Formats: sequence, C-alpha cells, structure tokens
Amino acid sequence: MTAGLRLRVDPIACDGRGLCAELLPGLITLDDWGFPVPCEQDVPDALRREASAAVTACPRLALHLEPRS
Amino acid sequence: MNHPATSPRATGSPARLLPGDRVARPGTLAGHLARHGTRPDCAGGGRRREELIGEVERAGLAGRGGAAFPTAAKLRTLAAARPRPVVIANGVEGEPASDKDKMLLAVAPHLVLDGAVGAAELTGAGQVVIVAHHAVVPIVSRAAAERRRAGQDSVPVRVMTAAGSFIAGEASAVVNWVERGLATPTGRPPRLGGPGRRPALVQNVETLAHLALILRHGATWFTSAGTPDEPGSMLVTLLGAVRRPGVYEIGIGTPVSGLIELAGGTTAPLSALLIGGYFGTWAEPDAVLPLPFSSAGLAAAGASPGAGVVAALPSTACGLAETARITRYLAGSSAGQCGPCLFGLHAIAGQLDRLAAGTGCDLATVQRWLGDITGRGACRHPDGTALMVASALRVFRAEARLHSRGWCSGTGAAGILPVPGQARS
Repeated sequence: MTAGLRLRVDPIACDGRGLCAELLPGLITLDDWGFPVPCEQDVPDALRREASAAVTACPRLALHLEPRS
Repeated sequence: MNHPATSPRATGSPARLLPGDRVARPGTLAGHLARHGTRPDCAGGGRRREELIGEVERAGLAGRGGAAFPTAAKLRTLAAARPRPVVIANGVEGEPASDKDKMLLAVAPHLVLDGAVGAAELTGAGQVVIVAHHAVVPIVSRAAAERRRAGQDSVPVRVMTAAGSFIAGEASAVVNWVERGLATPTGRPPRLGGPGRRPALVQNVETLAHLALILRHGATWFTSAGTPDEPGSMLVTLLGAVRRPGVYEIGIGTPVSGLIELAGGTTAPLSALLIGGYFGTWAEPDAVLPLPFSSAGLAAAGASPGAGVVAALPSTACGLAETARITRYLAGSSAGQCGPCLFGLHAIAGQLDRLAAGTGCDLATVQRWLGDITGRGACRHPDGTALMVASALRVFRAEARLHSRGWCSGTGAAGILPVPGQARS
C-alpha cells in the first residue's frame, strides 16, 4: 500500500483549458466557468498512471499530483 | 512596569492606542515619548528574545488585521527563519469601510514604528518596511525621518505607499508589493518569502502598536482589558446609521450595543448590521446587539470581529441593494489571477444585481456558486465574499421574497456602505 496522492490545481497558473477534465473524467469536473475541480479523495491506484499523464499534459503546468497534506 | 498615561472616557473605553484630548502633539516624537516613555531595547541574546516573546504570548496578543493569528507564534517562527527576515507593517487598509489603520497611523505613527522596530529586534530582522495607505504616507514619512535624525532605531525603516486596491492588503500581496512592485496575492505564506528572498513577518499596524505597549508595560497590564480568552483593546470603525461614525477603541468583549452607544446611538431604526467588514457577516439587530464584540461572543450570530468594522443599516435602506453593490465592487476587486474568483464573483454579482432590482434571480444557482468558489483561489478573496453574500441571503430572506414579487421595503437611496468611485448617499 503506497501513500495517498491527490490532485491539486494551482489556481493562479490554471487558465481553464479543460484538458485535465477530458483526460480524467472521473477525477476532475469543470465548474460553470470551465475551471477544473479535482475530487477530494485520493487518486485510486488503478488511475495513478493516467493522473500522472494528465499532470504532464497540462499546457499551463497547473495540475499537481502530491501527497495528502 | 508602569501604567501608561491614559485618559479614560466616560464610557469606560480604554484609550491605549488613540491619544485622548489631553495629549499634546501625539504625532511628534516628543509628544509620543512624553505619553509612552522610551521604547525598551528588545535586542540581545536568544534568551532575552525568548523571554520577551514569552511575555507577548502571555499577553495573548492576536493579529488585528482580521485573521486574529497569535502574534507570539509568528514572532517565534520568524526568529528561527533564515536568511534574516524583514518586518512588514501592513497599513494598506484596502477595505473601504475601515478607517482604523489610517487613523492610528495619523495620530500615533510612533507607536506603530516602535512596535515594528521591536518586532525586528525580537526576530533579528534586518529591515522594517511600513506599507501605508497613501492618505497617511506624509505623516508616517515625517515620523520615520524624525526618528532617523534622533538615532531612535536599531534597524533601517523604510516607508512605502500602498497600492490602492482592495486586494493589496492581503498578506502575500503586501510581500509581493514590497519585493516586486506587484500588489497581487501569490498564495505563498509570507514566512517563506519569495523564491530565494527574505522571509517576511507581516503584521497589521494596530497589532504592532499593541506590541509596542506590551513590550513597555507587560502582559499583566495588557490583559487588564478585554476578555480572558481575547485580551486587550481593539480599534473599531463604526459607520452607517450612527450619530458619530468613526474609529473607536474598545475593550474586546464590549457588547455590540455598547459600540453603537460609543458612536452616539443610532440615527434610525436598524434592519441589520454588517459585522467584520466586506468579508464579514450580516446579522439581525436583535440577534447581534447584545453579543460581546469578540470571536467567541459573535460566534453565536455566525459572525466574527474581522478587522473591527461595524456598519449599521437603517431600515430605510435595502440590504439586498447594499449587498449587490459591495459584491459588484468585490468582484471588480479580484486580482483576476484565479478563474473561479474572477468569473464566479462576477456571475454572483450579476445575479445579486437582478435580485436587488427585482428582475428575477436564480437563488439556488447563487447558493451553489457560493460553494463552488470557496477554497478555489490563491487567497481568501472568493471565500470571504461568499461568506458575506451567504449571510445576506439568510438575513434578507424576507426582503428577497418581496423583491421576487416586485416590491422593495427600502425607501432611501442605496449607498450606506462605501464603494470607491461611488458617492455615499
């Protein structure tokens, strides 16, 4: 069992491009203005690879996968 | 330790920070020294520093900028920080309803400077920067120059004019302004500084003035005012339907009704009070007037003292119109860095405009948006605005029903609460 990881959006860097919500539909939703809302739970182990790929894909480098603080 | 020369008023409100009428030329160094005596030297070894920080801890001083964070804890963290920190006195006071920091800097600049230099000695800081509202910069600059000539201070003191925006007073925005000339929040705790930059102790100017007095007179003196859990006095700004609006000094825990009496009583029956400022809470008069003005006391009405603003809304004014005006102002005051704050606040303000005008508002959506924007910014601007709006929707529930049927109980013009660029009625 590895330590829990969560998705965090840097609100200043984020421009609401929405790529993350397309790549991780179960983990990130968009608010009424198109800005991402990551789910508050830990990323399930089975989706960790996809989550890392979304972090790398963010054109604003605004998505982070980090240990629960 | 001696009691300072005080000039107690008939109401029993303490006059610790604000000089009474009998103090001559309080803004000059000579007047300041005659009133308060010399500033004790707080430099010295780690042991002496720790003793003095312990005294601040026993005094129970908490920040007076709105967050009420324990000052001793902050001093201790910064005293251990490397490289040496900078002390930033926050006199930005971007909140349009608040006047207490400007008032304090205008009538007792040396008390703030004493506290800032004391904080620098307690933390080993190499510099003090006073960021002051533009209206009082000449007074503060004169005071700093007078001290320099007198060789009063152990560290260099610089006076900076604050940026004029609401958001400029947020702690990380103040650091950003001092370090880079940008008055926008960074989301980075000041104690960590910018990348490769100095850790910063950011303290509200009133907090520093209290610190100056604690270093002179000790914790026992300080705790003789206020409540056991929230000791000391605090400055409050009273506005709206009171006879003598202005800045008053109260013992923490004075009933809200006592604050209104200090300001000469009301000029009209009240329909509500806004407690704590534009990030504060609307409350019904019957619910809030008997409560002690303290964090613990106001919690019963879901409110907190914030930076000490109390606005009394006369029953001739429409609370929804006032709320819509200040929400529009707060939406326009977003630094524009974080999407949910920028777009969300404008969307909410738009709905509140419709609610105020009686042209149809989707209240369920507004309620959802208030939740959606909370915690979604780099600073607490969206959160604070959402709390204020949520309280308005609770307190002005009946008025909202009237508006949905095309009525409004307000008979006077909107504009009790000040918004820059718009005249007050």
